Amino acid sequence: MHKNETKKGNLLDFMKGIFRMQIFIPIAALLLLAIFNLINDPSFYKITLGYNSVGNPVLSGYLMTILDYGSELAILAIGMTIVTAATGGQDISVGAAIAISGSVILRILCGTSSRPDSLQAPIIVAFLVSCLVAMIFGAFNGVLVAHFKIQPMIATLILFTAGRSIAAWINNNELPIVNDTTFSIFGGFIPGIPIPTPFFIALGCMAIAAIVLKFTNLGLYTKAVGINERSSRMNGLNPSFVKFLTFVILGLCVAVAALIKVSRLSSINYSVIAKDIEMDAILAVALGANALSGGKFNLAASILGAYVIQFLTTTLYKMNVQSDALSAYKAVVVILLVVISSPVVREKAVALFKQKKKLEKEVV
Amino acid sequence: MKDNSILEMKNINKRFPGVKALQDVNFTLCKGEIHALMGENGAGKSTLIKVLTGVYEKDEGQIYLEGIDKPVSIKIPQDAQKLGISTVYQEITLCPNLTVAENIWIGREVGAIRNWKKMNEKVDEILKTLDIPAKSTQQLSSCSIAIQQMVAIARAVDMDCKVLILDEPTSSLDDQEVKKLFQLMNDLKKRGVGIVFVTHFLDQVYEVCDKITVLRDGKLVGEYEIKDLSRMDLVSKMLGKEFQDITNIGETKTVYHEKDSTLRVFEANKLESNSGIKPFDFYINKGEINGFTGLLGSGRSESVRAIFGADKITGGSILKNGSKIKISNPIDAMKNGIAYIPEDRKVDGIIGDLSVRENIILALQVLNGFFRPFSKAKANQFASEYIKLLEIKTASADTPIKSLSGGNQQKVILARWLLTHPEYLILDEPTRGIDIGTKVEIQKLVLKLASEGMCVTFISSETDEMLRTCSRLIVMRDRKVVGELSGDELSANMIMSTIAGGDKN
Repeated sequence: MHKNETKKGNLLDFMKGIFRMQIFIPIAALLLLAIFNLINDPSFYKITLGYNSVGNPVLSGYLMTILDYGSELAILAIGMTIVTAATGGQDISVGAAIAISGSVILRILCGTSSRPDSLQAPIIVAFLVSCLVAMIFGAFNGVLVAHFKIQPMIATLILFTAGRSIAAWINNNELPIVNDTTFSIFGGFIPGIPIPTPFFIALGCMAIAAIVLKFTNLGLYTKAVGINERSSRMNGLNPSFVKFLTFVILGLCVAVAALIKVSRLSSINYSVIAKDIEMDAILAVALGANALSGGKFNLAASILGAYVIQFLTTTLYKMNVQSDALSAYKAVVVILLVVISSPVVREKAVALFKQKKKLEKEVV
Repeated sequence: MKDNSILEMKNINKRFPGVKALQDVNFTLCKGEIHALMGENGAGKSTLIKVLTGVYEKDEGQIYLEGIDKPVSIKIPQDAQKLGISTVYQEITLCPNLTVAENIWIGREVGAIRNWKKMNEKVDEILKTLDIPAKSTQQLSSCSIAIQQMVAIARAVDMDCKVLILDEPTSSLDDQEVKKLFQLMNDLKKRGVGIVFVTHFLDQVYEVCDKITVLRDGKLVGEYEIKDLSRMDLVSKMLGKEFQDITNIGETKTVYHEKDSTLRVFEANKLESNSGIKPFDFYINKGEINGFTGLLGSGRSESVRAIFGADKITGGSILKNGSKIKISNPIDAMKNGIAYIPEDRKVDGIIGDLSVRENIILALQVLNGFFRPFSKAKANQFASEYIKLLEIKTASADTPIKSLSGGNQQKVILARWLLTHPEYLILDEPTRGIDIGTKVEIQKLVLKLASEGMCVTFISSETDEMLRTCSRLIVMRDRKVVGELSGDELSANMIMSTIAGGDKN
């Protein structure tokens, strides 16, 4: 009997610890959505093995859709988290930057004509050039923020406004279409592997991010600069350069996301591609319980946050919510999630468990 | 209340957790008087002013104003404003993107319909009578800092203020601008306004003030007519040393550092920075402890900040072992073996949300390079070594530094820099706001490090502490080096007379 009590006490301590953990928030959100779907319609979790038009085996089902379409967002969330940590601000130009990078990829693959019969350049070349371009645009944002001390949201507003017309201009406002099975792999499936490629690309990005954080001081530097810029400088850091660097890294993430995006369609629609993705990326950072004012960050929580957002979107699609109404529904759920995960509510939850424990002690 | 007094504060007490900020302080201000409020850091000047202006609520005591029979109650800043008490702070609190007239009218009830033409005319009139060279329609940010300050004063005057508090108004003004400000102050004095003038500049006090009230450690030292108090006396009253005691202090100097080595390690020639310090020469020998002394705001921090590259160096040169080195950022200084423990721990020292471990390894980590992070084991080893060495009281190395006490935070910063094994350690007020035990520990440590060959520059507001640790003192006044003391000259007496300097009284 007594043993049982202590066990319960430990459990309460454990629960309290969990409530305090940063990653608790996206996990809780994920669980809520998962349980909702389980009750609403268990067939949500059904995964079937089928064959696509080319005859390759593919897994399909809502979960696969989430893994597939959440990938771009997860990749962007990596860069956005680091920018947020170092600058205490967000980059709202990532959607427009994806349009530019995607346009660059297609332009290089297509060469001079807009609908070539074969690729005019190797995919790797197109991708590397688009990486370079995206990093240059990232650097542009970085200079505005780090050197000219413009608020990140205002600085990136420039590219947010201009980006999609730059993208259109790169291809003379034509709609290039690439007809190549290899190119469509990045947004589709690798022959013989039934899991969507974007998920593997996202995994690759996460692995690279983990390696970079482990083998460089990127994490320490961005946190230090985000928390106290003046102290950081006194410790020999160059805060401007650190901020600049985070924007360049985000640029790289943009290029990878753009590759997946244009590969899905083998084409591009300048005004629609990656529309509003910047807001989802910022939301992923927030859902990961990272302070949008900068400082400490948890990359895993942001990535999980990105998949939670995709989970939500897919759930709403599944429930046949009209695509125009989608944003409104999403907003309601997001408000709920954000309020539940707010420090005020969390502290209340912690206090609740404390009280419960105390009451039980008194009973004993 | 006395006949001509306009404000009387009686037996004011204010406590903060763990500190008595003000203890039975009295302050009287007369009509048409410029009254200097003097005291070193932590003396209680700003607390007294904040009590008067409603930023803090007093715990005990009464405040009387002219024409009101009973004590007035000032709980929020608006109360003070309504009673005719206005403050102009060091940093301008007006809106730079509005016009002069808008700034003068903002936040005052002028009705829903505004006739800007009339209001601008009124403002021009005010500016003219006060002889302020600005136009009502000019954007405030296009005026110099001095004019902006004067506009703030004009605003206060136009709001019928009887008591005007000027909190360090001259610290960002040049000589010319200070003169203009003083003219304005004298003008207001003639109109019967009582002015409280808070400053660190001794010369300015003797130029414009009629009376001086000195505070020390939250207590009133006394109120003096300016003509009765020589600079020397003022300095000794601020520092809390009477001349009789001074000889004794000279004897208590227990550790007198040997100047056995004359090898110059670092040297500065005509060094100047954008912080406004006048060019100064400086050197430090191997194993020597020297110090910069002077009143607060005299430029002692700015001097060492220039050496460390914390402020932008605008002239002069720095030499290490006789050859010139270039320092344009702290990292350059760090690479040359200089470590700097800054005066303002919260702003320049700690990285609040990071753990004690991360705070300890930060400087060495930065020196080690972006691509060579320490392993977790190594970082833990460094942290636990220094936590033990300096007896840092923390729950664990993972605890965020901001939850430590001030003294322990300071030890973490000290650990950070000792870990880099510097050749030259600069400590700027390392013992401020920390308990006496830690103070003594830090002093001992400094002496030990120097005996092992480290160069140390030590800055402290406490003369005793400086005398105990330093073998050579550089004395500063008004951002200039005014003297250097060593050997037998090292006494509180000499320090004070050098600080006071040019004693005309």
